[in-house]
Amino acid sequence: MTGTSSVAPPLLEIVGLAARYGHIAALKPTSLRVEEGELVTVLGPNGAGKTTLLRAIARLIGAEGRVLLKGEDVTRLRPHQLAERGIIMVQEGRGLFGEMTVRENLLLGAYCLGRAGPAIAARLEQVFHLFPRLRERLDQVAASMSGGEQQMLAVGRALMAGPKLLMLDEPSLGLAPRVASEIIATLGELNRGGLGILLIEQKAPLALKLARRVYVLASGEVRAELAAEAIGSHHDLARYYLN
Amino acid sequence: MTLRATISTRLRATTPLGVAGAAAFVLLFGAVFLSGGYLVTVLEFAAIYCIFCIGLNFFMGYTGQASFGQNAFAAIGGYGTAIFCVNYGWEPVPAMLVTMVVSGVAALVIGYPTLRLRGHYLAMATFALGLITYDTSVQWTSLTQGYMGYSGIPPLGIGRFTVESERMKLVTLIVLVLFGLWISRRLRNSRFGRALRAIAASENGAAALGIRVRRYKLAAFVIAALYASASGSLFANIVGFISPEVFGLQMVVVTFTMLYLGGVGTVVGPAIGAVIVQLLPELVRGVGRFQETAYAAVLLLMLVFLPKGIFTLDRLRWPTKAEG
Repeated sequence: MTGTSSVAPPLLEIVGLAARYGHIAALKPTSLRVEEGELVTVLGPNGAGKTTLLRAIARLIGAEGRVLLKGEDVTRLRPHQLAERGIIMVQEGRGLFGEMTVRENLLLGAYCLGRAGPAIAARLEQVFHLFPRLRERLDQVAASMSGGEQQMLAVGRALMAGPKLLMLDEPSLGLAPRVASEIIATLGELNRGGLGILLIEQKAPLALKLARRVYVLASGEVRAELAAEAIGSHHDLARYYLN
Repeated sequence: MTLRATISTRLRATTPLGVAGAAAFVLLFGAVFLSGGYLVTVLEFAAIYCIFCIGLNFFMGYTGQASFGQNAFAAIGGYGTAIFCVNYGWEPVPAMLVTMVVSGVAALVIGYPTLRLRGHYLAMATFALGLITYDTSVQWTSLTQGYMGYSGIPPLGIGRFTVESERMKLVTLIVLVLFGLWISRRLRNSRFGRALRAIAASENGAAALGIRVRRYKLAAFVIAALYASASGSLFANIVGFISPEVFGLQMVVVTFTMLYLGGVGTVVGPAIGAVIVQLLPELVRGVGRFQETAYAAVLLLMLVFLPKGIFTLDRLRWPTKAEG
């Protein structure tokens, strides 16, 4: 645990989280935190361990180290239990169920709500408010939508669960710049509404505008932790990520 | 939504090919029913396999898992019904229901450790289950009467009402198939069914949404076992005789063919597959000693041109490399 009893624990705190694929240490012992209502960005090149980091937090792969959610140790929980506690992940490539309709994907997002019809209907309305296009596409098969619409659906489906922490793995990947900006802007709107977000991006000037803090990951370990606005003063980082 | 609106929506969603297919099946069953004879028996077997395949589709189609051992639960159903009816004088319906419960419990006990395995390992483990069941039905003669099997199993019925004529047996089986399809459709489109299909698409993706993957896989396995058990019981009551060969490897191969030929993961595909696979040998009987070759060739052509099953007939096209 960190801090004293008078200080609220971070929304998410990971301590010495490490993961391997066979003999390869994809993620060396890594620690980071996301405060309540904070948007934190993790930057890093291909193969830096960013996706492994998210998958290790969500327990989709075996990992060592500790994961704390609002001070509670959730390290030993299974993926579905983490989802029930409010840790929801939008996977790289969106992770949609392509042969299902938009409606079915959204309803699966609300799986943790059980059969609570009114609550699910209210969540659907919130998602349609953010992404009106999804309402028009409700009975369309997810795989038949454009990349941008699929990403909207992926984020919308994650929101259906009412997450406390939303983790996104490169949501702008493969999208046209304008669509990517729209998605990132929506994430900013959600964050201003109080949602904690852990956002992974490879090169994301837009994400840096929204983020309060940035972790730079390389070769499976955190190389830097800094305020988002400070990245411009680091010559190497600015050259790589802001240009 | 009102009943009228529901029917209207369903009709609008039905393709012309779907209507034609449904009409063809109605005509087929009508013609066979009126003419009677051997084809009635062929369709009875098709209906029994339909029930088996509708259940198998829960596990292999909706949930995307592999099982080569569901014949074990058909054997439990068949032998359970035979033993309860012949040795203890039970009525067929309670015998069927009790053996379904026994099969369900057996599936829970077997599935709990087995379903930790994935892919080929799961397939091999379930294959072993089928082999063990077959060997047990041969060797445990005090219970199963070995190769002699059980004869004199009473026909389906409740109280004084028994289904004796072949035509009535066919009608009864078709009603049960439709009931099985109705349950399958309802469950497929429910919260439960969506969770199963999410698991089929991505186990990790499903778990990340809060779906208890292992529990749902086990539930699908148990449902498949219940259907298999019912089909085994029905076989015993319709034919009046069972022996180990009925529930052997042949059953595994035939039901797989039915499932994939009809359209794995679709609601009615497995039933269509069961009817076609049962009827096909009769249709190619005219080629004489090359009957089995013709049968295999037709199956092969269907799988090449309709790799996702006959249910996808409206998408008939030249096979592409991507479909593998």
